[in-house]
Amino acid sequence: MRIKNPFSTTAGIILAGALIGVAAILLQQLGNPANMGICVACFERDIAGGLGLHRAAIVQYLRPEIAGLVLGACLMALLSGEFKPRGGSSPLVRFLLGMIAAIGALVFLGCPWRAVLRLAGGDGNALFGMAGLIVGIGIGTLFFKRGYTLGRSSAQNPVSGWILPALMLGLLGLSLVFPQIQGQQQSGPVFYSTSGPGSMHAPFLASLVIAMLIGAVAQRSRFCTMGAFRDLILFRYSHLFLGLLSMLLAALIANLFVGGFHPGFAGQPVAHTDGLWNFLGMTTAGLAFALAGGCPGRQLFMAGEGDSDAAIFVLGMLVGAATAHNLGTASSGAGIGVYGAQATLIGLAICLVIGFMYSRKSA
Amino acid sequence: MQTIDTRGLSCPQPVLMVHPHLDADEALDVLVDSEASRENVSRAAAKRGWTVTPCECDGHVRLELRKNGVR
Repeated sequence: MRIKNPFSTTAGIILAGALIGVAAILLQQLGNPANMGICVACFERDIAGGLGLHRAAIVQYLRPEIAGLVLGACLMALLSGEFKPRGGSSPLVRFLLGMIAAIGALVFLGCPWRAVLRLAGGDGNALFGMAGLIVGIGIGTLFFKRGYTLGRSSAQNPVSGWILPALMLGLLGLSLVFPQIQGQQQSGPVFYSTSGPGSMHAPFLASLVIAMLIGAVAQRSRFCTMGAFRDLILFRYSHLFLGLLSMLLAALIANLFVGGFHPGFAGQPVAHTDGLWNFLGMTTAGLAFALAGGCPGRQLFMAGEGDSDAAIFVLGMLVGAATAHNLGTASSGAGIGVYGAQATLIGLAICLVIGFMYSRKSA
Repeated sequence: MQTIDTRGLSCPQPVLMVHPHLDADEALDVLVDSEASRENVSRAAAKRGWTVTPCECDGHVRLELRKNGVR
């Protein structure tokens, strides 16, 4: 008969959070950028650069972590009989939410995972991002109370469930066939960074294996940083929140061990000090995550389970990240992008419209 | 007895649909089709003192929520 899933327990979610926190710091030690051991938004942005979807020279690398997260979750879902091709719940809306999520996150410079890692590294600016995330998710819960839903998904042809995992295998294949040539920005059709965050990375195999392990555990535990705050606000349930707290504490302790904790606001790695836009960027992103039903990491894990709605969100984030750099809405260490403020507010407005339109009782 | 069909819905909707019923004592059946929903609904109900008995049907699971021996 069915064995109870050990990761669905309180101990399970705490373990999953701690694993992600420690693994992130380990990846930083192995070469990933500081306070960016693992960041879904940043790494999808780097992949967009690696594929030439944007040409910001310092953020181009086909990060194996993203593939690892999807494939680890996919393998675990197959083993546990949870791989279920499904989809058809407002895919185009989810694509748009993914784009807005990436654009908002790149104003702050990080997904919720990186917000946690930045906090754990002592980056005070992340407090503004975290506050924005909570407010954005809080707005999302108001829509849920009004009956917001993107509609039911249904079983799909197995092929649709395999598309994103297959694309991830394709990315890994590209990296292996066209590895970086020392000092070169291009290898065959693949772009690389020779300086900046995109040039800083752990060895390929370490990135892949560590991320697969995270993917497998997170698939079983349903680790979700958006759900952490959503369930706390909506139901006063602390289950997922304990996972997030555990990730923060584990990363903080690991940082203290390796000397990675540098408290302050100015001069933090891959961060700017504009508190207002750190806050608003994450408000927009947080609302987009809430309306789409998962943080960027959780969307990768669900995509690995064959959920093509989540896969559409992931592709939306990839395109959103490329757009953010092409249109000058992404921030840099120097401050927000030329059109960062406008993009944040337009994104927020679009999310509010989606929230209202899909929470009509008749819809 | 009421049956709530959460099939095809992702979190938090299944818990959101079941939540208002957890303060009452009336027996409740909840249809779920994902493990995440099954765990979330079971966890929410157990927290409020309900006994949850899963019943596997074809392609989905019926969670029987009962309280204080009420049938």
